[in-house]
Amino acid sequence: MYRQKYLFLLPGLLVLVAIILFPLLFTIRVSFSSWDVYNPGLNWIGGDNFTRLLADSRYWQALVRLSLLTLATVTLQYVLGFGLALLVWRDIAARRLFRVLFLVPMMTTPVVMSVIWRTIFHESLGPLNPILDALGIGAQPWLSQAGHALAAVMIVEIWQWTPFMFLMLLAGLLSLPQEPYLAARIDGAGPIRTFLSVTFPMMAAISTGAILIRLIEASKLMETIYVLTSGGPGTSTETTSYYIYIRGMRDFQIGYSAALSLTYLVVMIVSLTVIAKALTRMVVKD
Amino acid sequence: MTTTKTTVLKRALYAATALCLPAAAMAQDYSSYGIKEDVPGACSFAAIDAKDYSGRTLNIITHAIPVIGEPTALHAQQFQELTGATVNVVHVPFGDLFQRIMIPFQTGQAAYDVLFYASLWLGDFNPYFAEVPQSYQDSSGMMSVTPTYKGVATWNGKMLQYTMDGDRHYLKYRADVFENPEMQAMFKEKTGRDLTVPATWEEYNEVAAAFNDMDFDGDGQPNFGSAEVTKRDDLMFSAFISRVAPYAKHPDVKGGFFFDLETMTPLVNTPGWVHGLELFVEAQKSMPPGGTSFGLGDEIFSFGGGQTLMSYSWDDAFIQAMQEDSPIRNKVAAAILPGAHEVWNRDTGAWDHFDEPNRAPYVTWGWSSAVAANSQNQDMAFDYLCFFANEANTLSDLQIGRFGVNPYRDTHFDPAFYETEMGWDAAVAESYATTLRDIDGGANQVFDLRVPGVGEFMSSLAAGVARAMSGEASAQEALDGVAAEWGQIVDRIGADRVRAAYANVVALEDR
Repeated sequence: MYRQKYLFLLPGLLVLVAIILFPLLFTIRVSFSSWDVYNPGLNWIGGDNFTRLLADSRYWQALVRLSLLTLATVTLQYVLGFGLALLVWRDIAARRLFRVLFLVPMMTTPVVMSVIWRTIFHESLGPLNPILDALGIGAQPWLSQAGHALAAVMIVEIWQWTPFMFLMLLAGLLSLPQEPYLAARIDGAGPIRTFLSVTFPMMAAISTGAILIRLIEASKLMETIYVLTSGGPGTSTETTSYYIYIRGMRDFQIGYSAALSLTYLVVMIVSLTVIAKALTRMVVKD
Repeated sequence: MTTTKTTVLKRALYAATALCLPAAAMAQDYSSYGIKEDVPGACSFAAIDAKDYSGRTLNIITHAIPVIGEPTALHAQQFQELTGATVNVVHVPFGDLFQRIMIPFQTGQAAYDVLFYASLWLGDFNPYFAEVPQSYQDSSGMMSVTPTYKGVATWNGKMLQYTMDGDRHYLKYRADVFENPEMQAMFKEKTGRDLTVPATWEEYNEVAAAFNDMDFDGDGQPNFGSAEVTKRDDLMFSAFISRVAPYAKHPDVKGGFFFDLETMTPLVNTPGWVHGLELFVEAQKSMPPGGTSFGLGDEIFSFGGGQTLMSYSWDDAFIQAMQEDSPIRNKVAAAILPGAHEVWNRDTGAWDHFDEPNRAPYVTWGWSSAVAANSQNQDMAFDYLCFFANEANTLSDLQIGRFGVNPYRDTHFDPAFYETEMGWDAAVAESYATTLRDIDGGANQVFDLRVPGVGEFMSSLAAGVARAMSGEASAQEALDGVAAEWGQIVDRIGADRVRAAYANVVALEDR
């Protein structure tokens, strides 16, 4: 009698299938084909693409590099974001101005800002090296040496996304109850003790959320690499997304890049789940 | 359907009108369109003005503005005004252009009638292009395209691309420095020989090193030896091939530069290629700060802005240097790419010595255009391309550096044009036009690897070269890796398929 109620779910389910499931299922199907520039269409080659990617050292190196880059940048973004949030949490002069100012980098377009940063880092025409020279530090090979290029990518990422951490953590700080702080004050706790024993534990849940969101976003790092370094020098800044872009868009290996993307998706789901569980366990324990 | 008397009369009237209109329109002044004067012909402003495409729509895909994208839009607007057609132009960044064209082709959609793209993609796109009709091939504009660029437009004996640009790599240098007695003395003191325009890549590296990190133009800023395109995925492969060509392209050895056409064995790790890469790596010490990650834009502004002594690539840096406001306007010169005294002979497996350096001009890239075979508007599409590339438009486009349209007709190699129309000094115009003409008519030319999967081959090559440039691998190791990858790509595509396509390139090189 009430079976008709499922009819009302149908439109929503169809939209869900069309928007989420169909592209995913299609990607899975494509990953079992050799669709490329000379062999268009969905033929069936079994798991050849997946066998090939197991031996693709450039892909795995890019994945390791991305993991390290992501962990490092998100950690630094968290530390800096928390610091900035703490700074404007309390009553300080021009608090509102600072809150807006700190958000500006996040509101800019990543590709455009990467172009601006590339100009800043430009070793002969950019403004950064002359400033470093004037400070006695000396000009740096920002984009032409592996270590420096990685540092340049990290600087741009941290500059762009620290505001996100700031925003999330400031929202968390503003929602904290005041009673624990009163209790801490009565117990004679100083600012450091108060932070370690009151603020930080109470911020654990929102910190976990913010870190996870940023890890997911950072693991898709692509625009900055594309504009800033093109993966170079050599392959020193090549990330998984950029490598998949090269294989898919430049080389037009649609089938193989679908296999790379799916593998990457699985790796990311597993690792982020593990990280999320670990962080949650820490929060619950505390 | 029967043809009535009235219909016959109407058709006769239309035909008479069509015949009379071009003549009448010739009298019109089209200079408001930015040209100096209309040049009579099948694709002239007057001839196109006489056509009526009202109610019809032409869809064009092209590169982002300004390079090629801007003239595409400009001439589309003009075509629209002249014919009444609706012309839609889609601009796409370079990184997306290939797939934005290829996916509709592969999925059978007639998304675009006219396509602008890199000519080296012909190996991938050729099954989807309409042949240029004979009437357009016989037009005055097309008849004056040089055999080199007609060759680039041709695939298996059919003209599939509509030529509207001509590109090649050549050497650019600061003539004022080379002609300066103080600089000549300084160079002689440093190297023990007279300062000459580099005839080999060894000489190029030597000159670049001698003038590196010094203020050779007295403006208080440091100057550097060489600006080259070195950024991995920013057309670096073309720079590398320019450096390799004279060592690996033996004039007496036929049958392939990238592959041995018979066996389809990659030649990219043979000694000529390895030596070219070693010299490329060595040259890094004479580049400006950041020069080891220069993209094409950086190279253009480094040489064009007066920072470096020498450079080599397409026309852009030279044109930049010759801009009205350039500090080095009329202080530059062009020359054919450096060559090599020692050339690898893969037939004998030995280096052959050439007293006169072996030159191997690299006719690389070039924008091109075509009409989709599944277009329902082929007549209008070819008319548009014919109009885009008519003599009047091209002479105007050549004068605007950012348009990316470069010489490809016999008439474009006349120094007087650059002297009178662009205000260049006679010596500069002579050096530029002569260099381009010599490359165009030169022997031992090297062309792009126009085979299916060229993007994959070049991406692999660039990655290997970048590994050597960054010190991750030696030149031999890096190119051995590239050769192995190329072998895998050939196996995947099918050796016969690649060979059949590559035969077109070899036929051009071995003419």
